Amino acid sequence: MVLTQAESEALLLSLKISTVAVIAALPFALAAAFLLARTRFPGKTFVDGVLHLPLALPPVVVGYLLLITLGTREPVGAWLLTHLGLRLAFTWKGAALAAALITFPFQLRAIRLALAGLDRGLSQAAETLGAGPLDRFVNLVLPLALPGIVAGAITAFAASLGEFGAIITFVSNIPGETQTLPLAIYSALQSPGGEVEAARLSALSIALALVGLTLAELADRRVRALIGQ
Amino acid sequence: MTIEIRLHHRFGAFVLDAAFAIERPGVTALFGPSGAGKSTIANAIAGLFRPAQGRIVIGGRVVFDSSTNIALPPRARRIGYVFQDARLFPHMSVENNLRFGWRRAPERAGAAEFARIVGLLGLDDLLGRKPAKLSGGEKSRVALGRALLASPSLLILDEPLAALDAARKAEILPWLERLRDEAGLPMIYVTHALDEVARLADSIVLLRDGRVVAQGDAFDLLPDLEFANLAGASPLGAVFAAEVAHHRDDGLTELAFDGGTLLVPRLDAESGTRLRVRLRAEDVMLARVVPGAISANNVLSATVAATRAADDIHADVQLRCGNVKIVARITRASFARLEIVPGLAMFAIVKSVIVDSR
Repeated sequence: MVLTQAESEALLLSLKISTVAVIAALPFALAAAFLLARTRFPGKTFVDGVLHLPLALPPVVVGYLLLITLGTREPVGAWLLTHLGLRLAFTWKGAALAAALITFPFQLRAIRLALAGLDRGLSQAAETLGAGPLDRFVNLVLPLALPGIVAGAITAFAASLGEFGAIITFVSNIPGETQTLPLAIYSALQSPGGEVEAARLSALSIALALVGLTLAELADRRVRALIGQ
Repeated sequence: MTIEIRLHHRFGAFVLDAAFAIERPGVTALFGPSGAGKSTIANAIAGLFRPAQGRIVIGGRVVFDSSTNIALPPRARRIGYVFQDARLFPHMSVENNLRFGWRRAPERAGAAEFARIVGLLGLDDLLGRKPAKLSGGEKSRVALGRALLASPSLLILDEPLAALDAARKAEILPWLERLRDEAGLPMIYVTHALDEVARLADSIVLLRDGRVVAQGDAFDLLPDLEFANLAGASPLGAVFAAEVAHHRDDGLTELAFDGGTLLVPRLDAESGTRLRVRLRAEDVMLARVVPGAISANNVLSATVAATRAADDIHADVQLRCGNVKIVARITRASFARLEIVPGLAMFAIVKSVIVDSR
């Protein structure tokens, strides 16, 4: 199957948006997971709930909320544009942000589970050997939580590829800018005689998913071997 | 180096209230049944547990004092800790495990010292392996090496053999003996196994229900009948130091100790080598007169110091042989027949001598 230019454009855009979404959300997911797994503070249950909100909300609502805060005429959106030159509404960066928000809980949950499953005894051993908190985090916690981090990133990446509602609401459906594979399929189905195009794009999505899942499995094995599991 | 420990902490109905001091290098056994508070004390010394009240001084440095609110974190205490479950870092090779504490030590030991400890513990062939590929005994040795290489001023071993089967224990014990004799640093050895105490300890702190009930030199306490009562165990017999005197032509080696000499099957050790010798109470017979034609090579003259009824059938007799205490376990029938009383001069016939390396 040879891809048309529009098809490969949608494919590459999907990959770009998902990659950026996963990478952008990762540090926040890591910090939030550490906070939830290792500390106690008043209102923790509430914070926990808020962080998982994107999982429970309809994606369209997330897109709408983004639109009314980060639209270029809204205060925050206008500020970002004038001070940082960052335009989010109707751009692929906005699509990445929407995907990052929606898939953030997947990363958070996976990393949090990995952190909770770590043997605290290893941390104690590192303490008696002279390692301070940051040292232990970098040299012990992060490497040992890597399978969880990778698993979370893969799930989030897969979910980002399929994200529809938040993207179309916040950044619309602009070919070459915000039209990812699911949006392209939707457009094809909306136009008369687009069934063949929709079928081709769907087949592409299935192929992408299969390749992605295989790579994910290989990555998981590699990481586990690396940390001696 | 002196180590002073005083702790008080309440866990519900259980109260830990222990104080003791360690005055010299060598192995101090923190000995007692499960639930006596041994590991809690070890954790408090290392800084892994913070007791409500107390004071811990290691070599003149106060590492914990509840009255002045001093509580150094574990990494500032420089105490090596060998955990029962080894706790090797699974994502690092043996070598990187060993170097973990070594790199972080304030005064890092040199490359020669690194090689020496690797050699001392026989780790050369393991350096490239991951912990998951090691046997239980190998893990214990790596954990020992890792703790030692952090240049600690005190080494705590928390039941390092408890997770191992008998064969693995027998494999590790000689390494621990080498460590005791060559590392030259104070060691606190937490255990509930009296045979490990007998083999390794220079001094003993006996704990029961969170309190220190006996403390002293291992050679004094182990043959002590009162200590046996407190420990809820049978006395092990005698444990004392001896020195290789000379090798005889008939295949026997003569050992000199502070109370006479013993003959043992030829030992592969030079004259003057210091050894640790054990005489099990079951292997000592008693006689009121010098026995004539008998096969046993070792007959020691000794004086009865104390006696106790061990059970319905047996009695324990503690004797002094020079400055060494030995114990014989005999039947109560023999005890009555021989009319044994403290002060009586007797002959102890030793059937077998156990020689531990030192």
